[in-house]
Amino acid sequence: MDTVFGVKYDGGVVIAADQGNARSILMYQRNLDKVVPLSSHSAVGVSGPNADLVNFSEYIQKNIALYELSNDGMKLSTHAQANFMRGELAAALRRGPYQVNVLLGGYDESTESSSLYFLDYLASLQKVNYGCQGYASSFCLSIMDRDWKEGLTEDEAVAIVEHCMQELHTRFLIAQPNFIIKVIDKDGVKTSKFGADPADT
Amino acid sequence: NDRLFVGLGGLATDVQTVDQLLKFRQNLYELREERQMSPKVFSNVLSNLLYEKRFGPYFIEPVVAGLDENNKPFLSGMDLIGAPVYTDDFVVTGTATGNMYGMCETLYKPDMEPEELFETLSQALLASVDRDALSGWGAVVHVITKDGVTSRELKGRQD
Repeated sequence: MDTVFGVKYDGGVVIAADQGNARSILMYQRNLDKVVPLSSHSAVGVSGPNADLVNFSEYIQKNIALYELSNDGMKLSTHAQANFMRGELAAALRRGPYQVNVLLGGYDESTESSSLYFLDYLASLQKVNYGCQGYASSFCLSIMDRDWKEGLTEDEAVAIVEHCMQELHTRFLIAQPNFIIKVIDKDGVKTSKFGADPADT
Repeated sequence: NDRLFVGLGGLATDVQTVDQLLKFRQNLYELREERQMSPKVFSNVLSNLLYEKRFGPYFIEPVVAGLDENNKPFLSGMDLIGAPVYTDDFVVTGTATGNMYGMCETLYKPDMEPEELFETLSQALLASVDRDALSGWGAVVHVITKDGVTSRELKGRQD
């Protein structure tokens, strides 16, 4: 039921996710932040049951922080973070899989480029220019196929994301009134827009 | 390496995992033995790797192709638990095996030149994949000879 999607542009990545936390017929929360920052210049949009979502993302986040602390502040590249996540998911797959589908986006200062990685719960990793997880893919992938091109600006990328959100509002059965949009570029991870403030308790 | 190719078809996550495991085993072998792994040995390693997971297998159906030390071609195919089949004509795996067997059986003849081999393989692949709902979106063909590898991308029906 969660929708997460992301678009890569020249110089950064935009990741958007809905803010609902629901189970069965009950909506627990409408201001959940599902785009979790993993490091100063990367964030992962996670979708799945709340337990796995929080557990897995925090586990990865803390391990990446540990790496930076243990290795004298050396930052893991987005590629390395993605492969680390894939390894953890693959190892858990045959034990007790995490049912999380993620989109990892990051900006690498060393190469001055951004990247977006699609990683599903079976640990299939793919570097992509744009991606969706969940039901969103049925609606939004074709919009992105059409609108995405090489050399987008941040505003154009956000426009694509908003186009997708509008499509979901119109045609998706489940009402998802709140979306959070985060932008990752050379200045780090910043929240561009949210439907409901995650900080409200 | 450039005389040994393995094709891994099946579940994407297992393709990636097995690819990484094979690289690991190959690197370790080459460091210890100080020589390159021959296709026969590689095929055996892969077979064992898969059978280790007999009751919880990797969902892949690999094909190993390469040139051994005497530049003789080597082919082997395997099922998901590592049962190998060694042939000298052709091996096929995947969702379009029925189509591919038919195409290969009719089009194959022994001792083809690289150009002819490429044509034959491409025709067989394209015809089978275009008819199969679950395969498609293009293909890559590598022709391995003692002088090197030629890789070409084919464009089929994009559906």
